[in-house]
Amino acid sequence: MSARTWRGLTYGVPLAFLALFFVYPLVSIMERGLSSGDDLAAAIDVLTEPLTREVVWFTVWQAVVSTALTILIAFPASYVLGRYTFRGRGVALAVVTVPFVLPTVVVAIAFLAVLPERLERGWAAILIAHVFFNVAVVVRVVGTFWAGLDRRVAEAAATLGASPARSFREVTLPLLAPALASAASIVFLFSFTSFGIILILGGPRYSTLEMEIYNQAVRLFDLRTAAILALVQLVCVVLAVWVATRLEQRVALGGQRPRERDVLRALRTWGERAVVTASLGMLAIFLGIPLVVLVERSLAIGDSYSLEAYRALGRPTDAFLATPWEAVVNSVVYAAGAAVIALVVGGLAAFAVAGSRGGGSRLLDGSLMLPLGASAVMLGFGFVIAFDTEPIDFRSSPWIVPVVQALVAIPFVVRIVAPTLRAIDQRQREAAAMLGASPARVRREIDLPVAGRALAVAAGFAFAISLGEFGATVFLARPDSPTLPVAIFRFLGRPGDLNAGQAYALAVILMAVVAVSVFAVERVRALRTGWV
Amino acid sequence: MLGIEDVSVEFDGKSALDDVTLDVAEGEVVTVLGPSGSGKSTLLRVIAGLQRPDAGRVLLDGEDITAVPPHRRGIGLVFQDHALFDHRDVQGNVAFGLRMRGDSRNDIEQRVGELLELVGLGGYEQRSVVTLSGGEQQRVALARALAPEPRVLLLDEPLGSLDRRLRDRLLEDLERLFERISVTALYVTHDQAEAFALGDRVAIMRAGRIVQVGTPDDLWARPADEDTARFLGLGNVRNGTIVRPEAVAVTRAANGANGDGVVEKVARRGPTVHVDVRLDTGETLEAAVSGLDHPSPGDRVHVAIDERGIVPLD
Repeated sequence: MSARTWRGLTYGVPLAFLALFFVYPLVSIMERGLSSGDDLAAAIDVLTEPLTREVVWFTVWQAVVSTALTILIAFPASYVLGRYTFRGRGVALAVVTVPFVLPTVVVAIAFLAVLPERLERGWAAILIAHVFFNVAVVVRVVGTFWAGLDRRVAEAAATLGASPARSFREVTLPLLAPALASAASIVFLFSFTSFGIILILGGPRYSTLEMEIYNQAVRLFDLRTAAILALVQLVCVVLAVWVATRLEQRVALGGQRPRERDVLRALRTWGERAVVTASLGMLAIFLGIPLVVLVERSLAIGDSYSLEAYRALGRPTDAFLATPWEAVVNSVVYAAGAAVIALVVGGLAAFAVAGSRGGGSRLLDGSLMLPLGASAVMLGFGFVIAFDTEPIDFRSSPWIVPVVQALVAIPFVVRIVAPTLRAIDQRQREAAAMLGASPARVRREIDLPVAGRALAVAAGFAFAISLGEFGATVFLARPDSPTLPVAIFRFLGRPGDLNAGQAYALAVILMAVVAVSVFAVERVRALRTGWV
Repeated sequence: MLGIEDVSVEFDGKSALDDVTLDVAEGEVVTVLGPSGSGKSTLLRVIAGLQRPDAGRVLLDGEDITAVPPHRRGIGLVFQDHALFDHRDVQGNVAFGLRMRGDSRNDIEQRVGELLELVGLGGYEQRSVVTLSGGEQQRVALARALAPEPRVLLLDEPLGSLDRRLRDRLLEDLERLFERISVTALYVTHDQAEAFALGDRVAIMRAGRIVQVGTPDDLWARPADEDTARFLGLGNVRNGTIVRPEAVAVTRAANGANGDGVVEKVARRGPTVHVDVRLDTGETLEAAVSGLDHPSPGDRVHVAIDERGIVPLD
């Protein structure tokens, strides 16, 4: 394969995928909502309506507050993991990651189980769930960045007479700023477009843009209003993604970073031990209780504990046209398919992104980030409109669910694989060429084996993310083949203890499958970086 | 065998190689000696095919290979800092080039064994390259480059990152090895000792140009210009002539005798001692004297110059 063919492939496949499955559905929404002349007037009507203002205001407000709270709560743990080394540090990092890959539906239902009735549906529940969900982002981004900061810089400040507080404010904090900003923009984006949590915990009073798009499209079938709101959301998301990529580049341009073992210090005093134990312990309680209560609820039917909810999973239900157990199987099959697609498309894109630092590759990188924030609901809705009729009748294909899930997983694959490819010493490739390896052979012999672990990690994440995907899948999964999150949602909408019990039970199963894949991923990662 | 004809390379308008011409004969080892930034690594990359020249040609056995991609040139390159494949063991590294040319498994195994013996690492096949010491990694890199029997071997400061003692030992090993396998090689270094020990001929590079090529004796006998003479450590340059330090004899002035000057500085360099003398005329002169007996700073000395050590510059 010539260099040109390869370049064409690495850019062409991801771009074609993006064009067909992201741009085309979005354009279809716009077309449906805004094609005729009086649509413009309607658009202005929608935009000036008090309800819209209220929704936009709440969306922004809750996203900002969620972000601030998340950073506040994740900060002590980031500090501890970024400055100290101790037994169980790797495990702590892995455990903290779990909530992030937990499906939003599971998080929502866990808080439904744990919160007192008074708080159960409303803004407080939304904020708490968002913090729970996003703590991992902050700890991982800020904690690992912190672990790359040279300790001696702060020590230099101390020798110049700065008190610990002063040195933190004037030296450490400015150095951390890019990581904090990057984490904040990611959390903001996730909170801004959050769907499952708002749908289940928001109650009737609190609605975000994402939620309102769903309402208008599915409940009121007002496609025009849905399309206009989708447009508003898209503008917000593009803006946030743009800021996020810019900030991330600053994080990436950190210069020569010292090795972790030159930065992390063992615990020496009881005070240090206390700080580590307290900050990680509190986080563990905050993250652990909802999940424990979720398990408890899945076992509580009526006044006693039993496995009845789990046993019922094998029997037909009136919530959808399959047994709940079939939903488990569906989920795993769909997610596996999605992981394969995401790995191929995202892997090729990673080669393109890592291959050059030019504007083209940055643009591709940014475009691939878009589906991440462009709202799963919009994607699902767009798929329904775009692929329902000629020219592309894709609606009944079993591939439609994996494809939409892959779209959401691809940005993660690129994020994980591209840095590894970039980190390969160019001279290794040159050395291979000098020994007679053609460019294609160099990729197979050097790039692939080195990126192999990263690809495995990416596959695990893609699988976990696809398993939990809800916003788009809820539009596309057919009643006779629901996925786990969809099945959980359907059960929640039905009255009775057994239905609630089955929702909890399925959430426990979903959580277990996701946890297993994440821990498998962490093991692979540990082999490479020496964690755990 | 290997011909470099009028090669020029520019980076962002700055000249890295300026009209360089150099020939390496079959079985000859040519070393390229120059300070860092003089363009010697770029020269190697052009020959290897990793850097396109902006002008000029590279010839191998009379054939113009300027446009041939690196993997089809049949040229071996030993990288600075080795660039070993961390994800493969020693065997996997040395076998790489043999696999690329499609050798059978048996042949590969046998040849890898031979090469590891040759570089003194017999039995190291299954070792991971990241656990090897710097010197061992260097040997693996050499074995890897030699394995596919390259027509020309290029070495880019291969001993640069090693400590002095290890470097001296590997240098001797390399000398012996080059004699044994009669390889055609171009060896780049900033270290005079390496360049003169290994090179049948030495090319001196400065600011992207080759300023002089010759056998080590030629270079010492007739440096092309003042800068070259200074670069070679021939400090006594004046009025277009060089006085070689080893041609200057220094003896302590007998008690009461006036002598020619006073010793300013004494520095030992291995077996010889370099003595800086400030002559009464105001000039300074460097002398290389036997380390067995030498004057000390402040001593009054007589100075005598052997005529054979006075070299006129062109």
